[in-house]
Amino acid sequence: MYTHCVYTVCRVLGMSIGHTLLGLLESGPRHGYDLKRAFDEKFGHDRPLHYGQVYSTMSRLLKNGLVEVDGIEAGGGPERKRYAITDAGITDVEQWLATPEKPAEYLQSTLYTKVVLALLTHRDAGDILDNQRSEHLRSMRILTDRKRHGDLADQLVCDHALFHLEADLRWLELTAARLDKLRVEVAR
Amino acid sequence: MSARRWAGDLAMGTRFAFTGGREGWVRALLTGVGVGLGVALLLLTAAMPSILDTRHAHEAARQDYSFSSTDIKPADDTIVVAHTDTVWHSKDVRGRLLQPEGAKAPLPPGIDRLPAAGEMYVSPALADLLRSPGTALLRERLPGKVVGTIGESGLIGSRELAYYAGSEKLVPLLGKGNVERIDRFGDTTSQGSEPLDPVLLLLVLMVFVVLLTPVAIFVATAVRFGGEQRDRRLAALRLIGCDGGTARRIAAGEALAGSVLGLVFGVGFFLAGAQLASSIELFDVSIFPDYLTPSPVLALLVALAVPATAVLVTLFSLRRVVIEPLGVVRTSGPGRRRLWWRLLLPLLGLLMLTPMIGKGNGGGDFNPYLVTFGVLALLVGITALLPWLVERAVGRLDGGPVSWQLAVRRLQLSSGTAARMVNGIAVAVAGAIALQMLFAGVDADYTKSTGKDPSRTQLEVDLRAATTPDATVRALRATRGVRRTVTLSETSFGARPETTEDTIQIMVGDCAALRELARISSCHEGDAFVSSGAFTDAASRKLMTPGHTVWVDPSYPGNTKGAEARWTLPAELGRAQVRKDALRGDLTGLLVTPSALPAKARPSLGSSVYVMLDPKVPEPEATEEIRTTVQAVDVLADVSIWQSTERSTRYGAIRTGLFAGAAAVLALIGASLLVSQLEQLRERKKLLSSLIAFGTRRRTLTLSVLWQTAIPIALGLLLAMTVGLTLGGVLMKMTAVPLRVDWPSVLSMTGVGAAIVLAVTLLSLPALLRLMRPDGLRTE
Amino acid sequence: MNAPAAPAGSLLTAEDLRKAYGPTVALDGAGFSIHPGEVVAVMGPSGSGKSTLLHCLAGIVPPDSGSIRYAGREMATMNDAERSSLRRSEFGFVFQFGQLVPELTCVENVALPLRLNGTSRKEAEKTALGWMQRLEVDDLAKKRPGEVSGGQGQRVAVARSLVTGPRVLFADEPTGALDSLNGERVMELLTDAARSTNAAVVLVTHEARVAAYSDREIVVRDGRSRDMERAV
Repeated sequence: MYTHCVYTVCRVLGMSIGHTLLGLLESGPRHGYDLKRAFDEKFGHDRPLHYGQVYSTMSRLLKNGLVEVDGIEAGGGPERKRYAITDAGITDVEQWLATPEKPAEYLQSTLYTKVVLALLTHRDAGDILDNQRSEHLRSMRILTDRKRHGDLADQLVCDHALFHLEADLRWLELTAARLDKLRVEVAR
Repeated sequence: MSARRWAGDLAMGTRFAFTGGREGWVRALLTGVGVGLGVALLLLTAAMPSILDTRHAHEAARQDYSFSSTDIKPADDTIVVAHTDTVWHSKDVRGRLLQPEGAKAPLPPGIDRLPAAGEMYVSPALADLLRSPGTALLRERLPGKVVGTIGESGLIGSRELAYYAGSEKLVPLLGKGNVERIDRFGDTTSQGSEPLDPVLLLLVLMVFVVLLTPVAIFVATAVRFGGEQRDRRLAALRLIGCDGGTARRIAAGEALAGSVLGLVFGVGFFLAGAQLASSIELFDVSIFPDYLTPSPVLALLVALAVPATAVLVTLFSLRRVVIEPLGVVRTSGPGRRRLWWRLLLPLLGLLMLTPMIGKGNGGGDFNPYLVTFGVLALLVGITALLPWLVERAVGRLDGGPVSWQLAVRRLQLSSGTAARMVNGIAVAVAGAIALQMLFAGVDADYTKSTGKDPSRTQLEVDLRAATTPDATVRALRATRGVRRTVTLSETSFGARPETTEDTIQIMVGDCAALRELARISSCHEGDAFVSSGAFTDAASRKLMTPGHTVWVDPSYPGNTKGAEARWTLPAELGRAQVRKDALRGDLTGLLVTPSALPAKARPSLGSSVYVMLDPKVPEPEATEEIRTTVQAVDVLADVSIWQSTERSTRYGAIRTGLFAGAAAVLALIGASLLVSQLEQLRERKKLLSSLIAFGTRRRTLTLSVLWQTAIPIALGLLLAMTVGLTLGGVLMKMTAVPLRVDWPSVLSMTGVGAAIVLAVTLLSLPALLRLMRPDGLRTE
Repeated sequence: MNAPAAPAGSLLTAEDLRKAYGPTVALDGAGFSIHPGEVVAVMGPSGSGKSTLLHCLAGIVPPDSGSIRYAGREMATMNDAERSSLRRSEFGFVFQFGQLVPELTCVENVALPLRLNGTSRKEAEKTALGWMQRLEVDDLAKKRPGEVSGGQGQRVAVARSLVTGPRVLFADEPTGALDSLNGERVMELLTDAARSTNAAVVLVTHEARVAAYSDREIVVRDGRSRDMERAV
């Protein structure tokens, strides 16, 4: 169970690390090193981000015009660039947050990241959950309908999926109920 | 099972009885008040022997009749006592004139010295009365100035009206009926209390049984206030590991606590009542607070019986209940209720009463135990019959509108609860109906036998001290309110001056007066007539032969000497046909005009003056004026009011009292009905709200609540009427009173029962409306 | 966050509802709308005001302010008797608990709304038995609610809610006390029956699998509603 979870975190992180870093920049320009530290603190758990991963992501974002270099600080050690988010970057984060995830198994880490980022950037995290629930329900309706008109095998298959989706949703509800607490914790 | 476990469980139950927030307190309070009222009534009953004994002792101590056939000679230690009782606005005033004949004359109890002539000791109540306005006429009647009050030991009640007055004119009046010479106050015969008139004893027993049985049933119901809540609590206790026995003992502890609180309340009510007692007067009987000392044995019995009953009732009511951890399950009884054993009790009652039939008519005494237990069995039998009746009757009901259906179905499911609720009412109504019937019967019987017709005359004045009625008649004619008077005197004659044989009655009056007695064709002063009702045996006929010589007022050997006036009967004796509405009954001899009698016979005449009142003068002023006038002329005269219903007004008061008592008991039971009704409603809050949610009219639910109370009460009243009429019939048979049903009282008692239902429904309406608010659906 | 103005063809619409129980604000500007034949789930955490919304929509509890229109009529203008009559004839109700009268038999319970409307007993019970058949509980007709299982009781309740042929069915956590299998069966029967009579269903639930029987959902949070279909 444990390894399973850790593996998932990595996998999911790969998919959304750019948006996450962008979101972190929304609260103000940061150095690459600061970005890595903030990421590790909020989302990294026990698997910190490699610095190289930050560097490559930032250069991709820079190329797409979602961030810009705010200044370079000379000093000891490696090159230290300070990044700032562009308007296009803010829009990109906005869109990402508003788009519900495809109902799939094991997506809670993405959702978690989204919720935390929304809280960090003072967006309404409840909306994210509502949107996600709506998306889940859409899938569940399809499954329920299939179940009602299918044979027993269909029913069993659909039920399995339904229970998993329901588990996600229950986690969502629980998270929604704990948003206030989470907000305090994230702001620390 | 150790005693400590028992004590612990009971204590735990006691704690539960008083905890549980506001609701717990309200329940404990209701139980306390309910049981308390019952206890107070029981204590009053327990004080009854003391009240009767004290009154009897006081009465005996002041007795001033000698009961001796030999005259007491005047001496240093004798006193002459005259009875001058009077009536003021239909309340009796005990009056005594005292004339001591020496220094060692006895002193009646309650006063510290004998009043001198012109002085008077009065009871506190009489003193109060004399101080109040409008009593001048009474004051006029009382001889003398008030110099002191009679103490408690000289009175038999706090509200008794009495006086002792000094006099110097009594000796010549000795032998005039109510004047006697005695050498001591107090019961000289010391024969103990006379046995009560059997009918009166029956009435007293009945009043107690009829009023106490519903109270006992009420107490049994009162300890079960909050039953549903208790069940839930017991279930919760089972859940945390109590065994069934423990749960039962805890329930018993709760009931015990309620009844002990009730005992405390009851003693409080009783003491408060005792303080008020001195200002209360019921049926002309009042008492002093210290009469109200419950007999220790009976009080102890109450103190033990009430908690014991509470515990037993609780355990009995849990008999068919299985307390499970997740709720209380009522095991449905083995099928339907059976009738046969429920009939045993009433049949047993009838069986015990049957040998008593006819005993009241001079046939001997009632066995008080058989009567009490018979009546008790019959009344308590109702509580056994009612559940069966309700189950049967309700089981057949069906159809009808929704409100009816809801009520009927609920009753079908819990007919036992419904029957229990109305048990008390049914018993009270049945008892009251029976008693009312008995009273009405005794009343009717008495009225018939009096034969007095108040349309002929309204007042009868019996003269005692006056030698001739003339002065009294003159005074009466001058009195306001008197329209006309008729004077009739009576004496008798025999064959010899001294005789042991029967004598013949002589009724003396002027022609007008005689015509009030009989139809007489021609009448002149000096005439004499033979009554059509005269004795017709040979001896009597011989005595009434015209021209025969007889002796008026002959002496009877050993008695006070009579007038012994020699009289030759007139040569011609007319015939007088007695009127049906004659002023005097039993005219068995001669009717004579005054001048036909020898003058020597005059002193032997006992006279009565009949007064026809002027309807223009309002009552009772006219009567009071006349009483005052008469007493001024003849201090010993007795004024009585002619009323065909005289007795019935006295029983009328008792019946009113009984009605009030029964109504109070019913109201008490109504209160308990209301409590359980509210409890039931609260329990159904969710259901009521959901019924309202899907559009049920409030009227429908209200009506269903009404039916739910009305159906069992209607059945209860039906049974109560049946049992009441049966019992009433048996009681009337017992007292040999002609059987008749007093429908007004039957209907009024039934009406009170019905009124209770209506009141309970009305009073539970606010709660019902509140519960029907949709807020009840809120769960969050 | 309020629902937009009543869309055309809407059967029951609410706008800007506010309701407070003492200091507790249950609804704070909630809106709602439903079409005939539509099943709308009302979701949200407990204490969010979903039951209050249902009570207001059904005319059980009058809102402090805001408008509720049913079939073009403003509910605020109706008096209590009119709203009761509306509930009797146009609406049906299924609750989680305490709705069957324990002393009536199941068929009498189902027939109750018809009888409240004045239908004769015989006819009402005949119709009731028909609905009990559809909900597969006709064999319980003569039993009392205390003698049947929770799932059976709930089906009896559903039969009762449908017996008058309501145009709107209000269901407040109808499966709340049931296990999954019973809950799903009840939902299937309920939605099938509602669809076959073109009745709208307002389904208050916090269970996603129950909500999945709806066509769309409305989320209530802190007394405010959010119509997810229109929001996305």
